[in-house]
Amino acid sequence: MTQITELTFQEIINSLQSGEISSHQLTKAYLKRIEKLEEDIHAFITITEEQALTQADKADKRFAVWRKDKTQPISPLLGVPLAVKDVLTVHNIRCTAGSKILGNFVSPYNATVVDQLLDAGMVILGKTNTDEFAMGSSTENSAYGVTHNPWDLSRVPGGSSGGSAAAVVANMAPIALGTDTGGSIRQPASFCGVTGLKPTYGRVSRFGLIAYGSSLDSAGAIARAAADIALLFPMMSGFDPKDSTSVNIPIERINLQDNIMPAQLRLGIPKEYFTSGIQPEVEIAIRKAINVLESLGIEIKEVNLPHTKYALPVYYLIAPAEASANLARYDGIRYGSRVDSTEMWDIFRKTRGTLFGAEVKRRIMLGTYALSAGYYDEYYGKAQKVRTLIKEDFDNVFKTVDLIAAPVSPTTAFKIGAHRDDPLAMYLEDIFTLPANLAGIPGITFPVGFDSHCLPIGIQLMGAPFQEEKLIRTAHAYQMVTDWHTRKPIPN
Amino acid sequence: MKPNFETIIGLEVHAELETRSKMFCGCPVVDSTEAKPNIAVCPVCAGMPGSLPVVNQQAVEYALKVALALECQINNTSIFARKNYFYPDLPKGYQISQYESPLAHHGHLKIRTQSGEKNIRIRRVHMEEDTGKLTHIPPNNGKPGYSLIDLNRAGVPLLEIVSEPDIRSAEEARSYAVTLRTLLRYLGVNSGDMQKGVIRIEPNVSIRPIGSSEFYTRTEIKNLNSFRALERAVAYEIQRQQNLFRQGKTIVQQTMGWDESHQKTFPQRTKEEEEDYRYFPEPDIPPLVIEDEWIERIRAALPELPAAKYKRFIKTYRLSSDDADLLISAQSISNYFESTVSTCPDIPPRTVANWITGELFGLINQRNITFEDIKILPRELSALLSLLHHGEINTNTAKAVLTEMFETGNDPKTIVSKSGLNQISNIAQIAKIIHDVIAANPKELETYLNGKETVSQWFFGQVMRGTGGKANPKIVKAELNRQLLELKRKQ
Ligand SMILES: [Zn+2]
Repeated sequence: MTQITELTFQEIINSLQSGEISSHQLTKAYLKRIEKLEEDIHAFITITEEQALTQADKADKRFAVWRKDKTQPISPLLGVPLAVKDVLTVHNIRCTAGSKILGNFVSPYNATVVDQLLDAGMVILGKTNTDEFAMGSSTENSAYGVTHNPWDLSRVPGGSSGGSAAAVVANMAPIALGTDTGGSIRQPASFCGVTGLKPTYGRVSRFGLIAYGSSLDSAGAIARAAADIALLFPMMSGFDPKDSTSVNIPIERINLQDNIMPAQLRLGIPKEYFTSGIQPEVEIAIRKAINVLESLGIEIKEVNLPHTKYALPVYYLIAPAEASANLARYDGIRYGSRVDSTEMWDIFRKTRGTLFGAEVKRRIMLGTYALSAGYYDEYYGKAQKVRTLIKEDFDNVFKTVDLIAAPVSPTTAFKIGAHRDDPLAMYLEDIFTLPANLAGIPGITFPVGFDSHCLPIGIQLMGAPFQEEKLIRTAHAYQMVTDWHTRKPIPN
Repeated sequence: MKPNFETIIGLEVHAELETRSKMFCGCPVVDSTEAKPNIAVCPVCAGMPGSLPVVNQQAVEYALKVALALECQINNTSIFARKNYFYPDLPKGYQISQYESPLAHHGHLKIRTQSGEKNIRIRRVHMEEDTGKLTHIPPNNGKPGYSLIDLNRAGVPLLEIVSEPDIRSAEEARSYAVTLRTLLRYLGVNSGDMQKGVIRIEPNVSIRPIGSSEFYTRTEIKNLNSFRALERAVAYEIQRQQNLFRQGKTIVQQTMGWDESHQKTFPQRTKEEEEDYRYFPEPDIPPLVIEDEWIERIRAALPELPAAKYKRFIKTYRLSSDDADLLISAQSISNYFESTVSTCPDIPPRTVANWITGELFGLINQRNITFEDIKILPRELSALLSLLHHGEINTNTAKAVLTEMFETGNDPKTIVSKSGLNQISNIAQIAKIIHDVIAANPKELETYLNGKETVSQWFFGQVMRGTGGKANPKIVKAELNRQLLELKRKQ
């Protein structure tokens, strides 16, 4: 018999609605699975067993009422468990952002996405591991230990949403929330062989998302299949009066049944993304996937994104600059941990000096420098101008194609510690994912093969603003004719 | 001695906008000098992780009112920016302000000076948020000192109004500040209470030899909590700089504090110690777009502004400049004056003005209350002035009645009739009283008839005393003279 945690997302929903399993049973099964694998994988910072079971029981009561009178519709997500990256706040639950400085911070409010999904009846299993303040591409920068890639425990799961990606692929959660500032959903999804969506900037509320780079941050989803995201995404998007940068373009539902492939799609292949630095197996797998898409009726075109090469330096000026201000509030005064002293400036100095990790301090210093008097025009100011050029590249390309295909990162999952002493090599991990954040456009990644080490390879599709539905439907079409996304690293 | 220096002053004014809620969150704006600490605080104004600012439309509207009243140009798109610095009263570690594209610029404010009206240019008007308040508890009995933080004020909308360096004396600086405060009060955006810190004035001062057109090193003065302190601090600073200049010493660019007890400025920090605020556009708030239509709607709804009202009061009511100035100092006062005048058309407006600025203000100052607290309605004041005007009471009685009205809120007619204060104006009644007084004092009458006419003054006093001061003095004087002359003729 199939284990409960092996059920697909749609099977979970069907079994819950039919009453074959209860949300309580389902939640228990996942908690047990987490308990079993957590020591090896360490996907979670906080497991919220008690609250999860309370929410599950509440869902079961709803189901009981609904089964007697089905005229009142229920949310398709009712009773379905969810893992939440630990940079999204959940009321009364500790939220660390992977940092010691928030080691004792219990959030007095829900992030808007969390609110939306709790309203939809979801059950929160726990808070997943992340690089400190989402700064990293391996989840090694977490103050709460490294997450291990379920495909090879000696390797990283990617980052910064590494905990969420590892949890989903190891069946420790059916679906998870992540955040993506420079690739933090797409790259770990790719490293772990799962599907990850980074929505258009502004489409999902950032309220309650602990800010790293405010103009780049997006909350999104990591799932076993595009079809799962099709169910979750409409529930977590929409205008939020608490976030002035959120956009009022609601999405009712994503219909996957109509026709498998959106008609007459044109897919652009930017040559700037297929450079010599890519691991050959990665490029081969991506080219094959493009062929599969072509066979499904997509028209392939070569396109140019000439400013791509500036994305990395532009990102590493803008994101740290915003971060240097965003992280100024962690001073040990009002909440969070404090290193005490008798002198005010000493409290600031010691708290921040001791409780922030090395990468966070590095980026704060980078950002502070980029904004300093005399350097602003040369660095931050110029970066903003080039950011506009990068955005215009995409605007131009989306006049001739609907989607763009690209690698997610140059390599598959690397060994834990491989980039420990080389921050620049770590930054290069995000070279293909940063541009979408700079342009504010949506991107999806999904598995398209394995390398010779049996490590998953992902492809990235990017779309014009608010074209998430096209991305999800195209990924779903691919997954209907392939089975990469069904492969699992750890048997039950 | 001929002054060989010219003074150059610019003023930076921070005014809290008294909106219902704070600049970027839903917390109420409370009086932070009275409210219990930290009762108006939420995750946004406490700078909690993941919280985001949302611009308060009412604050923008208030700011636009001020900018339009200052005849500024409004930027159709203005940008919020982060001003970065660490301090325990600044929850986010940055203040949301405006830097490169402020709300408004290029305005002006006309002030009155000894040599007439003067135009002071306004450089910019921008919106920002206030900080919290720190209270330092010093060490006591071996217990170490500590600091308390109150975030009630954190995030309260603040308007910064920066003038061009067009001000030339301490008096002008005061006049500018007073004029600006009156304007803010008219617009209903700020109570103008300097003691409570809802309006904060920071002058920057420099001097230059007369004839020079360049700007010399300037100093900035902070912590001024009254107009008097502003004027004195600026005057002190001018003198200090002149002394340094004459002695050939350098004037250091620095921020000065004002020591109220010693009446002198003192250095707080020098330019070198000033921070680099690393301003950059606030990514959490999209550019603020203000459509022309909105601007015009606000412009159309502006009340009559103090400068216009001042001119109208002098022209229409023939008031003295001083009275007009006092009456326009707040809308509540000018409205009170105008309602009183309109309910007693036969009394000269000047008389009404005198009673308000003299007697009423005197009572208000004595009791240390505000004009808004007075119990006397305009029509009651006008009833009182009517009684006086028609001779039913005399001036002294009127003053006494006003005091009672002020205390009890009763109407003047009730007070007058209850205490029998009505003036005796009936000639027959007065004639009888005079007749009786003369008859009762034959010796004094004889002295009068013998040519000592000043005795008539004595009779006058006797009559007035006999009526308890209620007799109409004009009628008494006339009737007394008539009866005395009559007796003289009969002699
Ligand atoms: Zn608040």
